[in-house]
Amino acid sequence: MQPFRKHTGKVAPLDKVNVDTDQIIPKQFLKRIERSGFGEFLFYDWRFSEAGEAGEKKTGDFVLDAPRHAQASILVAGKNFGCGSSREHAVWALSDFGFRVVIAPSFADIFANNSLKNGLLTVRLSEDEVAELTRRSKELDNHEVTVDLEELHVRDNQGFSAKFAMDEFSRHCLLHGLDDIGQTLVYEAEIGQYEAKHPVRAEMKAILAG
Amino acid sequence: MAPRTLFEKIWDAHLVAAPEGQSELLYIDLHLVHEVTSPQAFDGLRASGRTVRQPLRTVATVDHNIPTTPRGLPIADPIAAKQIEALQKNCREFGVPLFDMDSVDQGIVHVIGPELGITLPGMTIVCGDSHTSTHGAFGSLAFGIGTSEVEHVLATQCLPQKRPKTMQVHVRGKLAEGVTAKDLALGIIGQIGTDGATGYVIEYAGDAVRKLSMEGRMTLCNMSIEAGARAGLVAPDDTTFAYSKSTRFAPKGKDWDDAVAYWRTLASDPGAKFDKVVEIDAASLAPFVTWGTNPGMVVAVTARVPELKSFPHIPDRRAAEQALAYMGLDPGTPMEAIAVDRVFIGSCTNSRIEDLRAAARVVKGQHVNAKVRAMVVPGSQSIKRAAEKEGLHRIFLDAGFEWRESGCSMCLGMNPDILQPGERCASTSNRNFEGRQGRGGRTHLVSPMMAAAAAIAGHFTDIRKWEFQN
Repeated sequence: MQPFRKHTGKVAPLDKVNVDTDQIIPKQFLKRIERSGFGEFLFYDWRFSEAGEAGEKKTGDFVLDAPRHAQASILVAGKNFGCGSSREHAVWALSDFGFRVVIAPSFADIFANNSLKNGLLTVRLSEDEVAELTRRSKELDNHEVTVDLEELHVRDNQGFSAKFAMDEFSRHCLLHGLDDIGQTLVYEAEIGQYEAKHPVRAEMKAILAG
Repeated sequence: MAPRTLFEKIWDAHLVAAPEGQSELLYIDLHLVHEVTSPQAFDGLRASGRTVRQPLRTVATVDHNIPTTPRGLPIADPIAAKQIEALQKNCREFGVPLFDMDSVDQGIVHVIGPELGITLPGMTIVCGDSHTSTHGAFGSLAFGIGTSEVEHVLATQCLPQKRPKTMQVHVRGKLAEGVTAKDLALGIIGQIGTDGATGYVIEYAGDAVRKLSMEGRMTLCNMSIEAGARAGLVAPDDTTFAYSKSTRFAPKGKDWDDAVAYWRTLASDPGAKFDKVVEIDAASLAPFVTWGTNPGMVVAVTARVPELKSFPHIPDRRAAEQALAYMGLDPGTPMEAIAVDRVFIGSCTNSRIEDLRAAARVVKGQHVNAKVRAMVVPGSQSIKRAAEKEGLHRIFLDAGFEWRESGCSMCLGMNPDILQPGERCASTSNRNFEGRQGRGGRTHLVSPMMAAAAAIAGHFTDIRKWEFQN
């Protein structure tokens, strides 16, 4: 996993609450068995005029397609971002599109977990702070935001400043880009002891026979 | 020891390690796997030279993208076929049991776990699917995970987890005739919101919950995620044990008796503290219908589409406005005046035998409205057989419903069962998100009885006033 320390970039303001993962990556793109290449399908139904595969006409008025927000790498959205389906494809699509950070007043649990595993930083700010960042990104020219995970700070280049909180262990993993399967296997002895005390039930051993 | 909740007892019993300053490491008793969220996880194992640590604690099936047309037919969608082949290959390579397309036990992953006795009380259960919360109906801690976590569990049979907060949803009183577990779930989400339980595990309690069948409890726990909850649980009791006892993979003989004795200790202790308690009066509930694009946008069938001025919070008002535009509805429209084009009875929320019996009772002796196309998709092959033995399929077919093979089907429209743009559907599934059942499709979530009644009437109608023909 790519470590995250500090990132500066342009903001795309997605001024909506309860953005669900069905919107982030619609189901017709979940049949792929690869982990890459989902970026072009990000927010597909909001960005493209017809259902189906990519390459059809863009609706043009969606925020990610506005010249002002081109190459944005920080997404700012309303509360409960990433609710619904557990599909990690949503995170893969955001990352593949070029986002490194999502800022919102709150996130759905599974989406936040999935983000953590992929080095996509989810930052919780207050509704007022999110509204202010949204306004600035729409109105101010040359607007750029810096998210600093070491300092737990969000700043822009025009005076905005806000602190955010994150649990220490998640922060540690992100800062160092840690492979957490490796970290779990540090407890191999404990896992083995647990399994010795709780063996697979006899009935389950028959399951392979159908 | 201080009094503990059901959740805390299960959590504590599965702790492998609690390292200082890190997430606690939980042992996972059962990992359910399906074709859509697993291929990248198996690829990850191969890339890092790892194996599946506990193949017999891992059970796979195909459900999300398979067609519901007769099983002998080839899969027309080549990408879906490739995903199913990938699961078959992965299960062979890593020794994971698979209930495949042609298995007599195939079905929606959250339906077959309980009916086969793979899901039992007191377990930790995960699956790369948010509706894993369904299994909480048995008094298990069951939650959805992403594909990276799927890989993690395949490799280690453990998950590092932050301990969630606890919420008790206490439902006092009795559900009225025609008000089902689905209506209870929708009523709770309507009250606390789609993020009302984010960060929490819910325990459902109270008389109305105790009286629910296992099917009803599964419906209720299934929808926990729609309130943002990590999981939803109901303490196991005699209803639970009666359901599980005769299942194929449940413990037998003395092992069963020992298991029941343990399961009886799992109920929350008197005086156990929850971080939050929500009170629901069962008498205040009605058959519900969603009007918007998330499950919290819901009113009683006797109510009207809400006025925008009823939303004091500006972002919520704007969301309601966008939802009504998408749904093609005007504020103030009586819900019973809304006509439907399609009806879907199925999904991990409402596709079990009790759901099909309830719908069939409404349908018996009647005919689907001429303007409506209606479909029943049983949750598993086993349910389909049971329904056919009872003659339920005859009732549906005679009334003009389609009777399909088992799978997730139109709940998420990954297979060919989708809505066309603008089509309006009464659906027993769990999500009414934009485009969920097909781009431009308009989904209204309801109970199986309410969906059946809408199919006959051609519009939403209050099931409490229905004239049953039997």
